[in-house]
Amino acid sequence: MIREAMFVSALLFSIGVLGVLTRRNALILFMCVELMLNAVNLSFVALSRLHGVSGQVFVLFVMTVAAAEAAVGLAIVISVFRHYRTVDLGRIRQLRG
Amino acid sequence: MMGLSYTILFWLFSALAVGAALAMVTRRNAVTAALWLVNVMFALAALYVMLGAHFLGATQVLVYAGAIMVVFVFVVMLLNLGDTDATERGSTKIAVAASAISGALAAELSYVVRAQSLPTNALQPIDADALAPIANALFTENLVAFEVTSLLLLVAVVGAVVLAKRGKAAGEVRP
Repeated sequence: MIREAMFVSALLFSIGVLGVLTRRNALILFMCVELMLNAVNLSFVALSRLHGVSGQVFVLFVMTVAAAEAAVGLAIVISVFRHYRTVDLGRIRQLRG
Repeated sequence: MMGLSYTILFWLFSALAVGAALAMVTRRNAVTAALWLVNVMFALAALYVMLGAHFLGATQVLVYAGAIMVVFVFVVMLLNLGDTDATERGSTKIAVAASAISGALAAELSYVVRAQSLPTNALQPIDADALAPIANALFTENLVAFEVTSLLLLVAVVGAVVLAKRGKAAGEVRP
């Protein structure tokens, strides 16, 4: 089942890329990034069947970094929303403070 | 160990994960997308358990579906975004190009996975209460990384507070 799980992982990652490329809503963009992180986690877990438990430890680290990234990223979204009153990335064109 | 029901359940949860991911990418409303993403998380947790990572399955539900997604939904509702804010003009050109790119990526990744020779006869045995090996690996050979992670979480908390704070720290000038 390892190969099949890695197929699913590849598919999920590509769907995440599709979302990042097509969506303009900053929050949904973040969700797509989370989806890509999860896809990579799935292949870590699948390969940990072959290579021992260190893959699972790595997944724990990825989850922690994802949590930190979500906290900081959503804070940035909130702070950008205060400036522009929108989360549409098509309308947020400059990073001037 | 790989009975018919195992295979059926595996593909069921895989299809659920992929379908929910597709639904998430195509929804306009942010709350709907977040709920579909929660669906993906649960399906992935089931897949983790089927692959023998029981602890990670539980962690996936607790951390991702329980904490991160709640933060997402909280922010969506805090910003009070309705359907009205979804001003994404459906540019078909961009959609076609993005589909082509991600389709090519999926094809490449699938090719790599297919070309890989995986020694499936050397599988590690699944131990249902295999928390001790994870803890051993986490607190011995990865101890430094573990401590750095705790520092990262501290920095993230401080950074989130500073960024989301109202006032001069957030650099609020534009009317």
